[in-house]
Amino acid sequence: MRHFISIADLDRAEAIAVLATAEHMAETQSRSIRKLPTLVGATVVNLFFEDSTRTRISFEAAAKRLSADVINFSAKGSSVSKGESLKDTALTLQAMGADAVVVRSGSSGAAHLLAHSGWIDQPIVNAGDGAHEHPTQAMLDAFTLRRHLRPGDRTGGLDGIHVVIVGDVLHSRVARSNVLLLTLLGARVTLVAPPALVPVGVSAWPCEILYDLDEALATGPDAVMMLRVQRERMVGGGFFPTEGEYSRRYGLTTVRAASLPAHSIVLHPGPMIRGFEIAGDVADSPRSVIVEQVASGVFVRMAVLYHLLATDAWEAPREN
Amino acid sequence: MHDEQPPAASDGEESSAAERSRVLGADQIRRALTRIAHEILESGHGADDLVLLGIPHRGVPLAERLAEQIARAEGDDRPLDQLAGSLDITMYRDDLRHNPTRAPSPTRIPRDGIDGRTVVLVDDVLYSGRTIRAALDALGAIGRPAAVRLAVLVDRGHRQLPIRADHVGKNLPTSRSERVHVQLTETDGTDAVDIVRPGPGPAAAGEVRA
Repeated sequence: MRHFISIADLDRAEAIAVLATAEHMAETQSRSIRKLPTLVGATVVNLFFEDSTRTRISFEAAAKRLSADVINFSAKGSSVSKGESLKDTALTLQAMGADAVVVRSGSSGAAHLLAHSGWIDQPIVNAGDGAHEHPTQAMLDAFTLRRHLRPGDRTGGLDGIHVVIVGDVLHSRVARSNVLLLTLLGARVTLVAPPALVPVGVSAWPCEILYDLDEALATGPDAVMMLRVQRERMVGGGFFPTEGEYSRRYGLTTVRAASLPAHSIVLHPGPMIRGFEIAGDVADSPRSVIVEQVASGVFVRMAVLYHLLATDAWEAPREN
Repeated sequence: MHDEQPPAASDGEESSAAERSRVLGADQIRRALTRIAHEILESGHGADDLVLLGIPHRGVPLAERLAEQIARAEGDDRPLDQLAGSLDITMYRDDLRHNPTRAPSPTRIPRDGIDGRTVVLVDDVLYSGRTIRAALDALGAIGRPAAVRLAVLVDRGHRQLPIRADHVGKNLPTSRSERVHVQLTETDGTDAVDIVRPGPGPAAAGEVRA
């Protein structure tokens, strides 16, 4: 792996290799000293053009646990808000000696552009680009799913598992990355959303689309992943009639959660709006793995940084 | 040590001119391990506070074999996984950035931990000493042993760090261009230690990594 831009770039063996490394990272994080010297001397730049707390903190924690230095560059209050282009920002980071750039942007394809424009030679990690992809989120979801639904299996995929993803699929890069990764790993995915929140071209995705949550839950899925309704992206409105109606038809209520098979788990990429897409007591119930997803996120991001940075194949070979 | 033994599958790549000679056979390996097991016990600590940690890949089965012998000699009926474990050092290597990414192996520490106990690190070949340095760093993150000792099946010399082994199966003077090839039943289907001398010609591309 040279960059980590899109799940579509991965094959099954690579995805499983990242999950295996993440398991190893998880194991090291239960030691009395959790910091590993692996990336000492490397500098990771978190380049965030979009507000994000949990993803940025997660990448920062992952880089620091591997002893890398971290520079956080957020667009607010930076030269970007003064009109600097992505190109000039990239050239600046390159000149400062970044060894890897983690980029989050509201524009789909920003990470790809950085990786392939020639402005910067270092590995690029996509931390979410517009409505396109959020590959590390999908990796941490797959990691959490495998730990719960295939306990003890450190080398397999998610074959035979059925996952229902519910909510604002239209604006969700999490949904797209998850559909690609979970099906790559052998799972079956069903998307559930109001018709206005289903993206154009979804029929080409390797999954099934339903508009009725109760119909999807009646099939007894192994996991239900709730998505946040991204109000900040719904300029102009008209995506659903009222919050109350959305919540009634597409919210994971206590009654709906109770109808799930006993082994089913509930995921949410966060931040969640309690009482809207998910009931507070479902989020706090034993089947919720939402807090564990946050911990998994650090392990998976450590694994991704390790795979990108712990090797330097393009550097001149060492003499001995 | 990782560096001396590419997977057995790579044997076919060796040029036909390479010359291979057997240094230890199965019986000699067994006797060497029996002697090391007794040396470890005689070094004064008994089996109670011992923890044997093998360094993947081939140190792990060696640590298990030593644990078995020690348990038998002492009449110790603890489960073997309380006496032997494994210690992966991938994340602690100093040459990570110069080699292809390695898939880490699991680390298994016996349930009682290593604090205050005597840890014996076990590896197949001692060469530059860098693997052992990494292992000492990895141990430091897990706990604080009372003492750390080192047992190796083969010491081939050419140290690059001030590290020595406490227990050695066989001292094997080698030149840097030679390769020491250890095979164990658990990982390779047979017990043997060979020296491979590069033939004339381009030769020994795999050897330069320290």
